[in-house]
Amino acid sequence: MKKYLNSSDSNWYKQRLTGAVFILVAAFCMLLFRLFYLQIVEGEKFRKLSENNRIRLQSIDPPRGLIFDQNGRIMVDNRPSFDLGIILKDARPLEETITKLAGTINVTEEEIREKIANAKSVSPYETILLKPDIGRDLLAAIEVSRFDLPGIVIDVKIRRHYIREKSAAHLIGYLGEINLKELGNYHYDQYKSGDLIGKFGVEKSYEKFLRGKRGGRQVEVNAIGQVYRVLETVEAQPGNNIYLTINHLLQEKAEELLDNRPGAVVAMDPNNGHILAMANSPAFDPNVFVGGLSQKQWQKIISNPFRAMENKAIQAGYPPASIYKIVAAVAGLEEGIIDDTNTIFCPGFYRFGDRDFRCWKKGGHGEVDIYKALAESCDVFFYQLGLKLGVDRLAWYARAFGLGELTGIDLDHEARGLVPTASWKRKRTGIAWQKGETLSVAIGQGYNLTTPLQLLVMVSSIANGGTLYKPQILKQVETAEGNVLLESKPQIIGKLPVSQKNIDIVRKGLWEVVNSGRGTGRIARLKHEEFMSGKTGTAQVVGRKRSESFKESEIPHHFKNHALFVAYAPSESPTIAVTVIVEHGEQGSSTAAPIAQQLIQNYLESIKN
Amino acid sequence: MIDRRLIKNFDWGLLVIILFLAFLGLLILYSALVTSSAELNKALYIRQITWVCIGLVLMTIAFTINYKRLNQWAGLLYVFCILLLIAVLVSGKYVAGSKRWLVLGTLSIQPSEFAKLSIIVILAKYYSSFGNPRGLGFGELLLPLIYTAIPFILIVKQPDLGSALLLGFIAVAMTVFVKIKRKTLISIAAAGFVCTPVAWCLLKEYQQKRILNFLNPDRDPLGAGYHVIQSKIAIGSGMITGKGYLEGTQNALSFLPEQHTDFIFSVLAEEWGFVGGAFFLLLFFIIILKGLKIAHRSQDPFGTMLAVGITAMIFFQVFINVGMVMGLMPVVGAPLPLISYGGSSMFTTMVSLGLLLNISMRRFMFD
Repeated sequence: MKKYLNSSDSNWYKQRLTGAVFILVAAFCMLLFRLFYLQIVEGEKFRKLSENNRIRLQSIDPPRGLIFDQNGRIMVDNRPSFDLGIILKDARPLEETITKLAGTINVTEEEIREKIANAKSVSPYETILLKPDIGRDLLAAIEVSRFDLPGIVIDVKIRRHYIREKSAAHLIGYLGEINLKELGNYHYDQYKSGDLIGKFGVEKSYEKFLRGKRGGRQVEVNAIGQVYRVLETVEAQPGNNIYLTINHLLQEKAEELLDNRPGAVVAMDPNNGHILAMANSPAFDPNVFVGGLSQKQWQKIISNPFRAMENKAIQAGYPPASIYKIVAAVAGLEEGIIDDTNTIFCPGFYRFGDRDFRCWKKGGHGEVDIYKALAESCDVFFYQLGLKLGVDRLAWYARAFGLGELTGIDLDHEARGLVPTASWKRKRTGIAWQKGETLSVAIGQGYNLTTPLQLLVMVSSIANGGTLYKPQILKQVETAEGNVLLESKPQIIGKLPVSQKNIDIVRKGLWEVVNSGRGTGRIARLKHEEFMSGKTGTAQVVGRKRSESFKESEIPHHFKNHALFVAYAPSESPTIAVTVIVEHGEQGSSTAAPIAQQLIQNYLESIKN
Repeated sequence: MIDRRLIKNFDWGLLVIILFLAFLGLLILYSALVTSSAELNKALYIRQITWVCIGLVLMTIAFTINYKRLNQWAGLLYVFCILLLIAVLVSGKYVAGSKRWLVLGTLSIQPSEFAKLSIIVILAKYYSSFGNPRGLGFGELLLPLIYTAIPFILIVKQPDLGSALLLGFIAVAMTVFVKIKRKTLISIAAAGFVCTPVAWCLLKEYQQKRILNFLNPDRDPLGAGYHVIQSKIAIGSGMITGKGYLEGTQNALSFLPEQHTDFIFSVLAEEWGFVGGAFFLLLFFIIILKGLKIAHRSQDPFGTMLAVGITAMIFFQVFINVGMVMGLMPVVGAPLPLISYGGSSMFTTMVSLGLLLNISMRRFMFD
């Protein structure tokens, strides 16, 4: 066999090569003829088309998907915007054009030059944006003198419009220009620089639904860069519309009740995890981000001492304060340390070591059982219970409620909070856990940190009888034509390791918080025949040193306690659960509870109608 | 160590053309990069110079070591390339919707380029011992089919239809060159005729669309179609003598990244006109003819088959690339050997050409 191929003189072998050479010559002739045809036969035509690059590509931006509340009330839409721009290669003579333009639109020549200079890296055939969103008057003025302004273009763009301005701003988020890092991410490989993408909130989380698909057209332009013929068009595909679980009336009510005090109100349907409202204060107006923010505007927003850009409902960690007593109560019952018949005596303080741990009520609560302990938020009861449980058992139950873990809501920057344990402290500080610290932890102070959303998931699990639902903000996604693309389903993230009997004991205690004569939340009693359950909390502000003692009325605002309240209603078969936090609002019972009460009252009335 | 006969038989002409084309490539690339932002260009340009230099070293190695050793390494080389292709699918880098690159520290490599050479080597090994005057039958075609199908499928998965097809063309060219039995050939053609429509129906809609867009760039007026139009304008506007070096205007439009990779020929034809374009094609024509001559003169069947495979690879790449930028052919990701920007392609081409030189100078040596 080897011999056969080796015999390069055989006729057959030469034939093979001749065949190959023949094919080769034919192929190269074909290329050469084509080259000849393009360059010599059609050369003149192509030379003309190449002057000023007559054939260009224009991008058509897709309309971004709209955002609705659960009932189809529109929250975010798009409106047309006329953007004034310049294409340098067409704007000849450039100086003259700039002068004329400055006269027409009442902007100094320097400003225009600066804009152009800033956009140096842009291809000379691409539009440099001079002034976004010009008004009708300016538009008319430019249209009139169009032929005196070579290279000046007006692009009709689609501009995001947040209809309710500051309402739900932290939830909905805002858009911003795509940055280099994002451009490098393959999730964004359909994007190009200058594109707006969701940067925060729902706009970011559901970017892939809202985006749509860019279209474009191939056009032939004339000598001054005006489109003179459209060769091909590929229509843009609008983004999908999104329905949130938010009830916008409730959302606005929550914002109204917060009344610009720093804080957050979150409401959820405890039976499926749908977030009904997520209000944050202070808020920002996402509309100002659309056209790009000036340094000054940005400074103004971020210099707000109460963190206007923070979605406090999910990003801020607060000591849960007395709300944590729900965890301690459940742990004590479930571990068999107490039942609903045990009582202890509260003299107003608890002596541990050489220190008196005080109850918030100076005179003491007297004989206290678990119901009274919850209803009147007796600290002494929980000091003793906490000591018996120990910090690690408390932590185990706290985690079972989802504390110290992300809830998994579809929003960025969610905080994990903190559930302290003995080993955590040793690792963190190198110092062993002190038993006295357990006392603080048991009443929700100390190292404990929780987000308002975590507290909401926790109280909802009590409300619904023991299920932890993942909080959801997306109800459904529809195509622009109205076909349902995706419907969210409730997702269970955990079950409480607690018996029904013990849950019922805690529920009774929470009912008494609001409905018994001495309950700390009695101010929040509903006006009608329905009942609401809840728990107050008053969180000490970290950083306030023990040595700094102020008279009650003289405490500086930033050292005042945070007011917290969690609630659900109607008590027997809850349809809404709420967390309220008012930063430096002092008393959970007097500041936060009325907000929850009014919100719930409002909601229950509205669903009745 | 180096035999005097080796120097005597060395194909100096081929080497000169290779060096000349590599130099020309850098010149054209410079022009293609002049328009985009200064920072980026410089980096790309310096990198390409590095690729050329490394390529020349690899070429030297490739013609110094006796190519016959490849016969023993063929299997190992093949397995290595397959592993690289699998690695791309597992942990490759996404660029514009496909995974073609393997990132190793600061270096990105495109294993599909190396796969071409490895398939040539393994097929050369196989055919050099199984070819016969009656032609190949089904049984003998089975193994080459498997050899080709594995990398082919892995590359289609990336997806990189262009590279996969190129690989297929090379394999078919080598096989046909060895001769297939007429009966077998007719059966294969008939089977292809029947299977193609069936296979087409089995494809998902987006896959069909991808293939249709691939075959007809006009279906994609914002992407490939637009590139072809601009490329035709660029080439056509060069006319007889071209606009002059660095005077091209068409690449000012954002072709990137194609203008310095796949569409580099349009920059050349715009600036140097028909005269330059034809001269350039002539140089490649000479390289390919020389390749066939080397195949013809080699006394060793493995050397013959290796030379045929390498020549086929270079021919297909030139033909498909130049045909594509002139609007004669589907827009595939086929780089122009020695000219297009890219390290993997440069290395593969240089090593291949080194092997050609190798086969040429060892044509009378038996060991």
